[in-house]
Amino acid sequence: MILAALCVTTSVLSLASAPSFAGDGTPRMAPDFTRADLKGNSLSLHDYRGKLVLLNFWATWCGPCLTEIPRFAAWQNTYGAAGLRIVGISMDDAPAQVVRAYEKYHLNYPVAMGDADLGRLFGGVLGLPLSYLIDPEGRIIGRYQGEPDLKQLELRIRSLLPRP
Amino acid sequence: MKHHALTALCPYAFSFILLFSLAPASAQHVPAASIPTADLIQPADLAANLKNASAPKVLILQVGFRKLYEQAHIPDSEYVGAAGEDAGLQLLRNRVAKLPKDTAIVIYCGCCPWSHCPNIAAAYNALHAQRFTQVKVLYIADNFGDNWVNLGYPVAVGR
Repeated sequence: MILAALCVTTSVLSLASAPSFAGDGTPRMAPDFTRADLKGNSLSLHDYRGKLVLLNFWATWCGPCLTEIPRFAAWQNTYGAAGLRIVGISMDDAPAQVVRAYEKYHLNYPVAMGDADLGRLFGGVLGLPLSYLIDPEGRIIGRYQGEPDLKQLELRIRSLLPRP
Repeated sequence: MKHHALTALCPYAFSFILLFSLAPASAQHVPAASIPTADLIQPADLAANLKNASAPKVLILQVGFRKLYEQAHIPDSEYVGAAGEDAGLQLLRNRVAKLPKDTAIVIYCGCCPWSHCPNIAAAYNALHAQRFTQVKVLYIADNFGDNWVNLGYPVAVGR
């Protein structure tokens, strides 16, 4: 009886309805947040206005995440001058292993520790990896859950950046 | 000569030891595909069981990452710890240590795509090693959001 009551009270939560797109398909604004990155610098999403942002939720124990992050570092090198900014949010429990991964994979973009509140802000980070593509006006224009086709994602990023 | 070689290697050996002393102890990765199909339970079936007030009580344990559990979990499920790490495995063993071996247990994770999950098979094997006979594993193909929450199954939040 108690179990049934619990089910009723909790079943209507729509936690994973990510805020990426409005009902009519219009991109929604990316929720702003501020966290300290691994180096202690303040990281605020609104500081990236004017840039194309790939916001990547990841963790050190997530195999597909570790496949992605070296590519993201390479993209940051290749497309940074054109306006791409990679931002990493680790969902690890503690920063120690994230710092080690940051060094091991030669990451060249800011990484901050995420938490459940930040996950909820984005509609729920209920599986990794998860990335959002955010345009220079701060609108979410892409959501990539699981293992995206990195070639396709790179093509999309290139298409959104100004041509040299 | 040998002495010199050893001396030269010492800084590297020290770095190696330091690296591994800092690293979280990880259990050996066991692929989720190793779990027998007969021991899997589909999300729809578990959700139906949860709705059935007359169904026998099942102990549901989340063996993934804490930040996922805090955002969304199956009502009445308990967070144990990431079973892909030795510390999480030990917490799981401790949790079930005093339970009868025929306790009905469902374990789930949903941290990432099934084939990449570092936790679920480790948890399954640990329970089998302790001779639990009624263990089911929730098959989450992609992630907990897509395969449970988005399908409208019961969800609770918080610690």
